[in-house]
Order: sequence, then C-alpha cells, then structure tokens
Amino acid sequence: MGMTMTQKILAAHAGLDKVEAGQLIEADLDLVLGNDITSPVAIKEMEKMNTQGVFDKDKIALVPDHFVPNKDIKSAEHCKCVREFARKNEITNYFEVGQMGIEHALLPEKGLTVAGDVIIGADSHTCTYGALGAFSTGVGSTDMAAGMATGKAWFKVPAAIRFNLVGKPDKWVSGKDVILHIIGMIGVDGALYKSMEFTGSGIANLTMDDRFTIANMAIEAGGKNGIFPVDELAIAYMKEHSTREYKIYEADEDAVYDEEYTIDLGTLRPTVAFPHLPENTRTIDEIKEDIRIDQVVIGSCTNGRLDDLRIAAEVLAGRHVAEGMRCIVIPATQAIYLQAMEEGLLKTFIEAGAIVSTPTCGPCLGGYMGILAEGERCVSTTNRNFVGRMGHVDSEIYLASPAVAAASAVTGKISCPCQLD
Amino acid sequence: MKAAKGFVFKYGDNVDTDVIIPARYLNSSDPAELAAHCMEDIDKEFINKVHEGDIIVATKNFGCGSSREHAPIAIKAAGVSCVIAETFARIFYRNAINIGLPIVECPEAARAIEAGDEVEVNFDTGVITDLTKNTTYQGQAFPAFMQKIIAAEGLVNYINQK
Repeated sequence: MGMTMTQKILAAHAGLDKVEAGQLIEADLDLVLGNDITSPVAIKEMEKMNTQGVFDKDKIALVPDHFVPNKDIKSAEHCKCVREFARKNEITNYFEVGQMGIEHALLPEKGLTVAGDVIIGADSHTCTYGALGAFSTGVGSTDMAAGMATGKAWFKVPAAIRFNLVGKPDKWVSGKDVILHIIGMIGVDGALYKSMEFTGSGIANLTMDDRFTIANMAIEAGGKNGIFPVDELAIAYMKEHSTREYKIYEADEDAVYDEEYTIDLGTLRPTVAFPHLPENTRTIDEIKEDIRIDQVVIGSCTNGRLDDLRIAAEVLAGRHVAEGMRCIVIPATQAIYLQAMEEGLLKTFIEAGAIVSTPTCGPCLGGYMGILAEGERCVSTTNRNFVGRMGHVDSEIYLASPAVAAASAVTGKISCPCQLD
Repeated sequence: MKAAKGFVFKYGDNVDTDVIIPARYLNSSDPAELAAHCMEDIDKEFINKVHEGDIIVATKNFGCGSSREHAPIAIKAAGVSCVIAETFARIFYRNAINIGLPIVECPEAARAIEAGDEVEVNFDTGVITDLTKNTTYQGQAFPAFMQKIIAAEGLVNYINQK
C-alpha cells in the first residue's frame, strides 16, 4: 500500500520509511508560526515549560496581523508582548507594521515556506502553504508553544481525499470558485481530519494565487491540510521568492484515498456561499432573487493577493460603486500594496469609490475596519460566513471571488461581472 | 481521572469558534474574561445558567473554524467539565486535549442526550451515563499517547515531565 504526498512528507519528518493513516507520529518542524491573537497565549504557555528558549530562532515566524495596526489598548498590549518576546529570543522572522502583511500571504512571499516543509501555525489558515507542496496545518497556541520550544509536533497521520482537477476555468472563475464548489459538494466537515490532495492536468490552468486560495480554505471543509503537486509554476515561484532548498514529494501510484472526485474546471461557474456556512453554495446562475448588499470586502489571507486585486480592478475600472455601498479593498502585504500602486490598481479602486487599507485581517474576523451593523449584508472575499463573524449576530456574509465581489459593489446586489453592461 | 457530572446544554451541528468566543473579545486572553462571553452569539443565557461541572453536548463538527485556543479556554473557565459531540473539528480537538478540557466523541450519546439531562462521564472507561433517562453509551477511548497528555493535565505538563 503506497503513501499519499502528505504521508510521504510526514514520514520523512518523523524519520520513518513508511506511515499509514491513523498512525500517531512526532515530526520535526521547518517553521512555527503565530499571530498577535494566538502568540500571546503561546508565549504564556511557553513560560511554564522547562525550556532554554526557542528551538531555532530562524524557524519561527511571528506576524502581528489580526488587530494591527493596533485597534485598541488591549490589542496594543498583545502586540507588545509578541514584540518583546521576538526581541528577547532574537526571532529572525518577526514582522513589524511597515514590513508585515497578512501572515499566509506574507510567508510564501518572503520565501519562508517551500515544498517538502512541515509547518504548523497557530492560525487555522496555515494550510495555505500546501499550494507550494508543503505539509502545513493550523494548531492552537499550546501546540505553537511546544513547537517553538522543541521543534516538534505530534500528528495523527491523515487519510486522504483526492480531487482530480481537469479542464480550464472560464474568465470569471477563479480558485475561490473552485474551493467554494468543493466545500459545497462535500460539506464543512467533508474532509474532517483528512488531507485534501489536489491532482490532475487542470492544475496547470490555475495560477499560484488560485492555488493559495484553494489550499487556504481546506480548513473550511474540515481538512487537516490541502496540498498541490509541485510543478514548474510552483518551482518558478519558489525560485523567485526563496533561497531555501525545496524538496519534491510525489504520491505513490498505489496511494490509498478514502474518496476521489473529478472536477472539470471548465464547467464551474462563479460561486457564492450564503449565510451562515461556507457549504451553503449557489452558482451565480442559481441566484434568481436580488440580494441587496451594504458592504463589500476584497482582501484577506484567502483573496488579498495580486491576481485578486487585478481582477477586482478590471471589473471596477471606469465604473463606480453603487450609491451607499462601502467597498473596502485590503492588499494582503506591503509588497502587494506597492505593486498594486505601481500598476495603477489603487487609483482605479479610489476612483471607483472604494477605500484601500493597509494590510490587516481586521474585518474578516469582525475585528475592526468594516464591522457590520444589525441586518446588514456583506459580499466578502474572506473565508467564513458564520453567525456574527463580521459583526452583529443578525448581519449576513456572502463569500465570493474578488470578481463577483467587485461586480456586486457596482450593482449593489450579488452580481457576476458577466452581468455588467 | 475524576468523572464529570453535570447538567446538559445541548447544541446542534457545526458550533463554530466564532460563536463559542466571538473575535471581538480576542483582544483579551484572560480565561475569566473570555468565559464571560462564552457561547454569547448562539446562546445569550448560557453564561448566566451554567454551573460548575455542567456538560455541553453537540452533534457534528463541534469547534469548527478558527484555531483560537481561547474557545476551549472559555468553555473550561465557564466551569464546563466535559464536551460530548458526534465529531469535533480537528484543531479544537487538539486544543482541548492540550489545555486539559475533557472531550468525548460519541455519536449515539450526542444525538440522544437532551438539554437539561443530568449526565455522568467516566473517563477511565469512556462510559457516558444519562442519569435522567437511565441510559448508557460507550464513548470512544483516546489513544494511549493522548491519555498521557490528558493525565498530565495538558501538553505543557506532559513535556515538562518527559
């Protein structure tokens, strides 16, 4: 019985020739990540450990991004705690305001995540780096503390589901539509405890930003991780961004999958997840009624990358957001912000009546920078539409791609760019 | 390990970490402060009604969403002695074990037990007893490795003992 790509990476990091689903292992870590919400709890836990400090100051990344720039005094205290810990332990990869970005966009861009790595992060969307062929998964603060102290973490080796992607997506169909389609198909616990292994010729038709978006939302199907094979595009990305050596693992031909799905990307349509679960999906064609909206958010670790801003700008160019619409655009990192500025995208957003914010997770988790009032509706390119996620318990979030979000900002109701004049 | 015994608060599928502890309170990591807002967006009365030892029972995918350890911390600090569910989201599952909040997977119990029932959970045997209905269920036992972490009352103590 062969191993999946995930199982091979885990076996190598546990010093084993072979692992199988369900086996408990202890694996060496290549990177341990935390943010301004989870790190303070981890730092407190680490202080209780009999430890001499961190296992490797180069293999820890601390990224204050959730409530940063500090939204209030308590958030400022949390960030101060993280900053002081980083200084005391001489953490190489601490990113202050001015250098920071949303963690899951920032770390690949900084070259800290490469194929073959085992990465844990005290943030559920740590699964994003699977786009580069790494095993990466979200954990809590205590796991982060143990990881920082020991450089190891325990895992139950996951069983797998294979998603064989074929075909080429249409102009207005992106990685977001692919993953929303999958979550709609298997449900928010459809991949519980399992790895989501993406394969197939269709991957060549997905940009790196599409793949980051898809891997990012594996957690929204309950997955332990999402992972892509390493192709020329992924190698080119790593060579451009990283000096680290990467290692390519491939699934065995006789690897075992609990379930297999084939998805023709050419048949997918822009897809929207209705309140209050990411699995409540409908294609744009299935939305017959007018759903009026008050706010649009384009950004987050899911969809705040250059591809996302480019397509949003393409939709908004020469148009204006609807009367009364609040359209908030958040480039995910400083580098993306700068590039968007150089390409003129920011000008397009501002001329269209949108605002552009410094990188922050802010509105995605109802932190700040776009909280919803009672009864308000938002089309958001973020990842969760749970009750109260972006504000009042009686507000509503519709998850969609940047293209659909931008078109919806223009019309004031959920719309596809293909429906614009 | 001491058995849990208390009255049940019952919830449905996919109770997510945003309703267990909304992000607007995550500018604090103080357990008591977090407990004061536990379950607020799904059950405003929870924190007024919960007593030390009470038990949460829910159906599928309890604790889905964010990795915030604040969620099991808030539940534990609210006095809850055990969470029983059909299934748990995987990060919540890890976090609960790591901070020493007892959790048990048992689909039959999770479906049959009702709000207000008095329930006892024996962690050594995995047996769940609904004292109100006079029924018993066999919960899934933890692998030996996890039992060691639970016995040490969390991952930090377990690592310190190694």
